[in-house]
Amino acid sequence: MIKERNTSVKLGNLVLKNPVMTASGTFGYGSEFTDFLDLNQIGGIIVKGTTLHHREGNPYPRMAETPSGMLNAVGLQNKGVHYFIDHIYPSIKDIDSNIIVNVSGSQVEDYVETARLINELEGIPAIELNISCPNVKQGGMTFGVTTSGAEEVVKAVRKVYDKTLIVKLSPNVTDITEIAKAAEASGADSVSLINTLLGMAIDAERKKPLLSTITGGLSGPAVKPIALRMVWQVSQAVKIPVVGLGGVMNGQDAIEFMLAGASAIQLGTANFIDPAVTIRVINEIEEYMIRHNVSDINELVGALII
Amino acid sequence: MVLDLTVKSCEMIHKQYALLKLTQKDQLPEMHAGQFVEVRVDNSSTTFLRRPISINFIDPQDNTLWLLIQVIGDGTRALAELQVGDLVNVILPLGNGFSWPIKKDQPILLVGGGVGTAPMLYWGKLLKQKGYNPSFLLGARSKNDLLQLSDFAAFGTVYTTTEDESHGVKGYVTNHPMLKEGDWQRIYVCGPKPMMMAVAKEARGRKIGCEVSLENSMACGVGACLCCVEDTVDGNVCVCKEGPVLDIDKLKW
Ligand SMILES: Cc1cc2nc3c(=O)[nH]c(=O)nc-3n(C[C@H](O)[C@H](O)[C@H](O)COP(=O)(O)OP(=O)(O)OC[C@H]3O[C@@H](n4cnc5c(N)ncnc54)[C@H](O)[C@@H]3O)c2cc1C
Ligand SMILES: Cc1cc2nc3c(=O)[nH]c(=O)nc-3n(C[C@H](O)[C@H](O)[C@H](O)COP(=O)(O)O)c2cc1C
Ligand code: FES
Repeated sequence: MIKERNTSVKLGNLVLKNPVMTASGTFGYGSEFTDFLDLNQIGGIIVKGTTLHHREGNPYPRMAETPSGMLNAVGLQNKGVHYFIDHIYPSIKDIDSNIIVNVSGSQVEDYVETARLINELEGIPAIELNISCPNVKQGGMTFGVTTSGAEEVVKAVRKVYDKTLIVKLSPNVTDITEIAKAAEASGADSVSLINTLLGMAIDAERKKPLLSTITGGLSGPAVKPIALRMVWQVSQAVKIPVVGLGGVMNGQDAIEFMLAGASAIQLGTANFIDPAVTIRVINEIEEYMIRHNVSDINELVGALII
Repeated sequence: MVLDLTVKSCEMIHKQYALLKLTQKDQLPEMHAGQFVEVRVDNSSTTFLRRPISINFIDPQDNTLWLLIQVIGDGTRALAELQVGDLVNVILPLGNGFSWPIKKDQPILLVGGGVGTAPMLYWGKLLKQKGYNPSFLLGARSKNDLLQLSDFAAFGTVYTTTEDESHGVKGYVTNHPMLKEGDWQRIYVCGPKPMMMAVAKEARGRKIGCEVSLENSMACGVGACLCCVEDTVDGNVCVCKEGPVLDIDKLKW
């Protein structure tokens, strides 16, 4: 008889059928990928960063390839939360996954208002509060780089948001565990990490930066060792579940993040190389469970042998 | 869709260009001219992202997809080095493609510069096949950089320009009298940005409808990452999804 294996994990009250989610800004609203996979099989879909008002984002060029990774400077281009509610939400609310909105802003009031509006949407069981985007001039990351900034915005959002609140952390700090603890103390149900690392690329021939914003956010396999280290540190420092991301390309990477302490993982840049990577990673995690005779995926969380 | 295609042939046309022909057992999916594919470059360790390449031609006879590749870096070099029988992972077809002209009796001009001639071959074929009357204006640095001339000639008259006067009219495509004088119903153009801008300006001046095929750098190719945007009268649009072909009325240049 085939043994039933449990792949479901919890982030606060949020139940994921498997620990695999898609990272904000890399999977659109999911609909861009329906030619390649069945969205209903994914544990969670974190949609594009959403702000209170429409944002045009940064000028082109916004992307530069780097060794085993890429820099982006999209700058939170989105049509604003009202457009999301009226035009996008209706078409994605019935997907049998967890549709999670990544909420961004440049002022506390903007985060609060956006979160309040999304709180009313029955089909959105959680938000991921992006206090860590390196591509917006004002705010965004400034909240995520100090404990007082993180506390201020997380506390304010917690007051108006009563579903699962995930706080996404910036790696561009001296000690990420301090920010994680501040988010936990302010009412976060979970923390996700890492957002992109601030980086830069130069065209030597033209003596010019490759991005319109000069600096941008680094993602992909190049950041994985840093992400893994930070997930390890944060999972030692907080009691709330940790979501790990940064350079996950396959099932083995996903398992490494879970062993380091992540309850779930996200796939970002990997979607650009293989648009069906989420399904492959879900399958590879199950193969690992079979190979290692793991009956409940939660046994793997933080199971690193030292 | 994502397909593993087999290399049927891969030939250097001239030192800088390769013609890659890909096939599979099943019939290739329906593709429109001006659409592109995203190729995963497995044989280059320094190439991380997929590479967007235009559909150069679909040959229904031997079920092949042609990609015309200009070698400019590690990714394109690795593609040019593929061997017969190798498997190549591609996402296709992507983007919108060219829109059909209205009138069958008034001629149409397809302008290509450098490797920007690539999508024009298949577009010329489709136009001719549907009973339209396409001509081609192809520009390059030198005659060796003018590619697939005999293939083009099968679908319409070919005009050329070269910077060194080794073939056709001397100078850029905008120096060719046919661009300025022809009774064109519509102009389609793909090539380096300064060239497309110059042709767009000429078309505007003569009130001729014109579409350009942009080559903004891309990551996802499917409209998800917003890296490839072009600033248009409608705001930022994704070149990979709402393009690569855009009407010049939408452009800010
Ligand atoms: C829709 C679309 C269709 C295309 N069709 C074709 C085609 O049919 N045939 C073909 O040969 N090429 C085509 N290209 C361009 C092709 O994708 C690039 O030349 C290729 O990605 C370069 O990869 P590489 O690794 O060889 O060079 P890299 O090492 O990535 O680049 C070499 C140099 O070229 C610059 N560069 C690379 N790509 C671009 C770009 N898109 N815009 C501006 N500068 C760039 C880099 O900054 C660098 O300086 C197309 C591009 C797009 C977006
Ligand atoms: C093109 C692009 C756009 C992104 N947009 C967002 C965003 O809107 N909000 C956010 O929180 N993170 C955004 N990110 C960061 C990713 O969600 C993720 O944290 C990061 O890329 C690291 O994961 P990866 O290495 O798997 O891509 C973006 C990343 C990329 C590459
Ligand atoms: S390349 Fe990702 S949106 Fe166009």
